[in-house]
Amino acid sequence: MSPKFDRFTGTDKYIVSPALRDVVNVSISLGRPLLVKGEPGTGKTLLAHNIARGLGKEFLIWNVKSTTKAKDGLYVYDTVQRLNDSRFGTGDVRDIKRYIHLGQLGRSFTAPERVVLLIDEIDKADLEFPNDLLNELDEMSFYIPETDETIEATHRPIVVITSNSEKELPDAFLRRCVFHYIEFPEVELMKDIVHVHFPNLEKKLLKEVLARFYWLREIDGFRKKPSTSELLDWIAALIAGGIEPERVAKELPFAGALIKKEQDIEVLQAAMERSSGRGVLRNRF
Amino acid sequence: MFLDFFYTLRSLKVPVSVTEWMTLMEALAKGHAKSSLTNFYFMARAILIKSETFYDQYDQAFAHVFREAALPPDIRQEILDWLADPLNRMALSEEDLEKIKRLDLDELREELEKRLAEQTERHDGGRRWVGTGGTSPFGHSGSHPGGIRIGGTGGGGHAMQIAAARRFQNYRTDVTLDVRQIKVALKKLRQFVREGPEDELDIERTIDKTCREAGEIELVFTRERKNTVKVLLLMDSGGSMSPYSRLVSRLFSAAHQMSHFRDFKGLYFHNCVYQDLYKDIYNNEAEPTASLLKSLSGDYKVILVGDAYMAPSELFSVGGAIDYYYHNDAPGMEWLKRIADHFRYCVWLNPLPERAWIHPTIRTVGSVFPMFPLTVDGLENAVKKLMVRR
Repeated sequence: MSPKFDRFTGTDKYIVSPALRDVVNVSISLGRPLLVKGEPGTGKTLLAHNIARGLGKEFLIWNVKSTTKAKDGLYVYDTVQRLNDSRFGTGDVRDIKRYIHLGQLGRSFTAPERVVLLIDEIDKADLEFPNDLLNELDEMSFYIPETDETIEATHRPIVVITSNSEKELPDAFLRRCVFHYIEFPEVELMKDIVHVHFPNLEKKLLKEVLARFYWLREIDGFRKKPSTSELLDWIAALIAGGIEPERVAKELPFAGALIKKEQDIEVLQAAMERSSGRGVLRNRF
Repeated sequence: MFLDFFYTLRSLKVPVSVTEWMTLMEALAKGHAKSSLTNFYFMARAILIKSETFYDQYDQAFAHVFREAALPPDIRQEILDWLADPLNRMALSEEDLEKIKRLDLDELREELEKRLAEQTERHDGGRRWVGTGGTSPFGHSGSHPGGIRIGGTGGGGHAMQIAAARRFQNYRTDVTLDVRQIKVALKKLRQFVREGPEDELDIERTIDKTCREAGEIELVFTRERKNTVKVLLLMDSGGSMSPYSRLVSRLFSAAHQMSHFRDFKGLYFHNCVYQDLYKDIYNNEAEPTASLLKSLSGDYKVILVGDAYMAPSELFSVGGAIDYYYHNDAPGMEWLKRIADHFRYCVWLNPLPERAWIHPTIRTVGSVFPMFPLTVDGLENAVKKLMVRR
């Protein structure tokens, strides 16, 4: 085994499945962007945060919006500032470089040491957005015509890209990525995850909470199924409210932390009437 | 190394390219698999597969190559695909169609499943088992008029076309028209006009004015450019269209998601347009075609989607509508002409491949509206047509 590259093993705040851990390491070693998909709330964005934390690297986020252009991530040429300076004589206008501001991708290339770059929610942007980044992500370099400069990555950044599959990504782009779909955690892994966030959580409460939570996830017809982040919010609410484990079992206190849509509340009510109690649940755990 | 695996994936229609394969080789050379099959499984999946929708095929291929498990017999899928394709039925003569009624498709399918399960060995001749020759409705070289041929070459010429689906290979690739491709094609449907408040900096004119003022900065503002294209999508929801409903719904959702149209309307009709169009095909919420023609200006770009495959009476007769309880006072043809007269930009998208456009009603509709196949190329050409006046 070559120990040359940085090796990610998870952090004290983020429990990673062995499969995902290996995939992260493969992508780091090959120098290819890691594309992460998965249900909302399965920790796609947090993964990038924790790769940076775990490896002790600087962390850059490029939040993609519907108006984001690929060029914004490379650099912005602030013409208006330059025009203004030329008029009022407030700065050295001859030096174009002063008006070239690097975007997050540009900054990740020029950083003195290897950084972790998160391109968050790439599917929010225009259809052509991923295509415009092909070469930049492949070669890890780009050209600024204004200054006749080529910015080349001194250290290839570790690139993590998240997508919620709102738009399909072009094949050419996908071909250059390493892909992982974060599955919803199993009960055992979920216990570990909860433990990381609430180390002192009562065993009994945890058991009831998880039983209730996985029961919820099995109900068909939710527009948005409750996910890990909602579970953590819910547990925090239960602890803050000082709710007894018995009450969690019987009713569903603070359901608002788990269910966010009006239609889903109706679905939940119907499901609770159907099960009327929890005879079925007890058998499962 | 593992080339079998690569080709097995490809044969299961997983889009794996050489680039990805080379990446996998690189990762292997670096020792990431740690000589463990499980590690290799996850690593290869991350590198080769780019969508969770292919994970299942990946699992099948992996099991097949590395554990020598059997692949599910895909011939069965081919048969089912073939059965689902109405084109195959169109190619039959009237006489055969009459005979096929004796066994409807679902029955035929069930029967086939049953016999495939019962049969344990190769079978040639005879009247019952799936095999070659004979008069069983399944197998090849046979002479059962409503039969399905499985592989092999044609015998008496009576058997239906080839279940091995080779004839429809091109057609099958056309089905890959996904939402993204439709969106890319529809994106070309735009017409920019400046309107609204003057709040956008006009760089060209600012530079020009500033130069004329000898460097004294003069900002010039202009109106924002907006797309003025308005789209009306009329979709056939008739029975003969149901095999294409997924394709049509993809077109609908792509058009609906296109935020750059100024207005978008989607309505349904049943086989042919008469005096009513429907907002929702299930609860019959109707909108009179005449009022639509009045309220919508002629510059709407109209996309009609349908197979235009119907009984001639549905197109040419008063009262010819396929729905028994629905009476049309003017023949469908009349309504189609009214639409074509009112709207300057119209196209008809037909999910049937062009070589099937031989039916008289398809030809007639094609003479009223420029007709394009519902494929990537067809859609692009249709959009081009919509941008120019007829």
